[in-house]
Amino acid sequence: MRNNPKLSRLLGLLAAFGLGVWISLSGLIDQIASHWDDIVYLSQQHIVLVAVSGGLAILVGIPTGVWLSRPSMERVAETIMQIFNVGTTIPTLAVIALAMTVMGIGFVPAVFGLFVASLLPIVRNTYAGLLAVPPHLKEAANGMGMTPGQILFRVELPNALYVIMSGVRTALTINVGTVPLAFLIGGGGLGELIFTGIDLMDTGTLLAGAIPTAMLAVLVDFLMGQGQYYLIPRGVNPLR
Amino acid sequence: MIRLENLTKIFETANGPVVAADNVSMEVPEGEICILLGPSGCGKTTALKMINRLIPPTSGKIYIDGKDTSNQNDVQLRRSIGYVIQQIGLFPNMTIEENICVVPKLLGWDAKRARTRAAELLDLVGLDANLYLKRYPKELSGGQQQRVGVIRALAADPPVMLMDEPFGAIDPINREIIQDEFLKMQAKMKKTIMFVSHDIDEAVKMGDKVAIFRAGKIEQYDSPDHLLAHPVNAFIADFVGADRTLKRLRLVTAKQVTDADAPAVSRHGKVTDALAAMREHKAPVVVVIDADHHPVGYLTEEMAEGASGLVQELAQPLPATVPAGADLRAVVSEMFAHDIMWLVTVDDDGRFTGVVTQPAVTRALGATYRGDDVAAT
Repeated sequence: MRNNPKLSRLLGLLAAFGLGVWISLSGLIDQIASHWDDIVYLSQQHIVLVAVSGGLAILVGIPTGVWLSRPSMERVAETIMQIFNVGTTIPTLAVIALAMTVMGIGFVPAVFGLFVASLLPIVRNTYAGLLAVPPHLKEAANGMGMTPGQILFRVELPNALYVIMSGVRTALTINVGTVPLAFLIGGGGLGELIFTGIDLMDTGTLLAGAIPTAMLAVLVDFLMGQGQYYLIPRGVNPLR
Repeated sequence: MIRLENLTKIFETANGPVVAADNVSMEVPEGEICILLGPSGCGKTTALKMINRLIPPTSGKIYIDGKDTSNQNDVQLRRSIGYVIQQIGLFPNMTIEENICVVPKLLGWDAKRARTRAAELLDLVGLDANLYLKRYPKELSGGQQQRVGVIRALAADPPVMLMDEPFGAIDPINREIIQDEFLKMQAKMKKTIMFVSHDIDEAVKMGDKVAIFRAGKIEQYDSPDHLLAHPVNAFIADFVGADRTLKRLRLVTAKQVTDADAPAVSRHGKVTDALAAMREHKAPVVVVIDADHHPVGYLTEEMAEGASGLVQELAQPLPATVPAGADLRAVVSEMFAHDIMWLVTVDDDGRFTGVVTQPAVTRALGATYRGDDVAAT
């Protein structure tokens, strides 16, 4: 079959239009709108869960990545990274369940589970980004009389910033999509609508949770992309 | 001044200790460029990096301007020494201005003074400050980056500079240009410079002194001319190359071997007078000059013999002239190109200054072997 961009765009538009017609005819929009108050309230909870767990992951992940990238850690860093890697293969649901058995139900174990899920991309990208800074830059900085702290903050971190922020971007986007699981241990968030919708076989309720979750994920990804574009110095920013 | 005293570095490796620098002692006088030269792995870079302690010495002392540096704190020491590396090492996250101002800022200069200094240095290497201060390194060509790398090391005006193959990564044409620029700057700055190179031609061109290393030891430490004329052993002779005498051509200017009394006649003079002048000076040629002393032609004894009349009727146009400041390599090259034994030299305004002959060139190069050291000056 020949790839015709005009035709496929037209088909796409037609499909979207048809979907819209079908949704409005089926009364789904009204069903979703009837949950508006819940959506607003639970979205706030959702955002708080993302902000707290993601913020903690950044606060812990970046220093951990920096620490692992120091020359004194060279021998053990790879081993520790492997432990992080293995840790990530445990499904987030299992982590949340384990957190519940130790910390009970509610906000705190939910945040902990999400924190663990977000940690790896941040640590890995910080570590890899710092290791990728060319050795001759560090040599030049060292030879010019910068202290190790100055080398880290003025040379290494700015040059690794793009890779580090990519890690944070991945972590937060995954985090937004994982937050619905928090509902299962009483952590709140848009998962409440999604899982209730599934249990009641109520598509409207399910979508009232799923669509805002998806939109939040896209929004977070977009904002992080903007952050990467504007916050990273032009000299080391591949985007501009 | 930099003085190294029994500087030794032993690396402990899995295969036992490796001696990278073995009792290196040398002194670089104030305001001179010393080239550390040798094959790779000979310890020249190790010796250089021990001076700013990027590599800590195993034993031995380093004095800068008479002061023992071992009491100084690493960071303070490095801020007082200019450092240039082959990979340039400009920080890509900083603008050119920020790059140049790194050391001034570390030393606590105020921002305005540092900025003025950055603009001044850019001017020094012919880069327009308005255009380049706010650019990032990736927006500059390789040659421009290398120039910025050098002036960054000069930013805080350190008395001593260490340069680790600073022009090694540039194409040959740009390298020549940057080397010449650097020599011009150095003529004014008079920094004391240690310079690592593996290129004998660069060493001969840039160095006041050259130290050739082998297996961590200095084999010979001498002026470039003396090194080329009198290699102390087979290794040095081999390293500087079989054409080492030809390399010495670069070290002597035409001016140093020009016969300034070479005969010259006006074009309105008589041929018989010209012939007499030639014979009196035992010169192979008489140069014909115009009223402004610009050389315009020549007469040989053969052409003038038995002829009469005015010089301008017989004179032949000059095949070539060279500036008095040109090195002998350029002079000899012109002679070979035009199949001639003599060449007229001119000053900056194109006026006649004298004649260089091939025998004068060979005499100058041979002087060092006869004991009268003309060429070395």
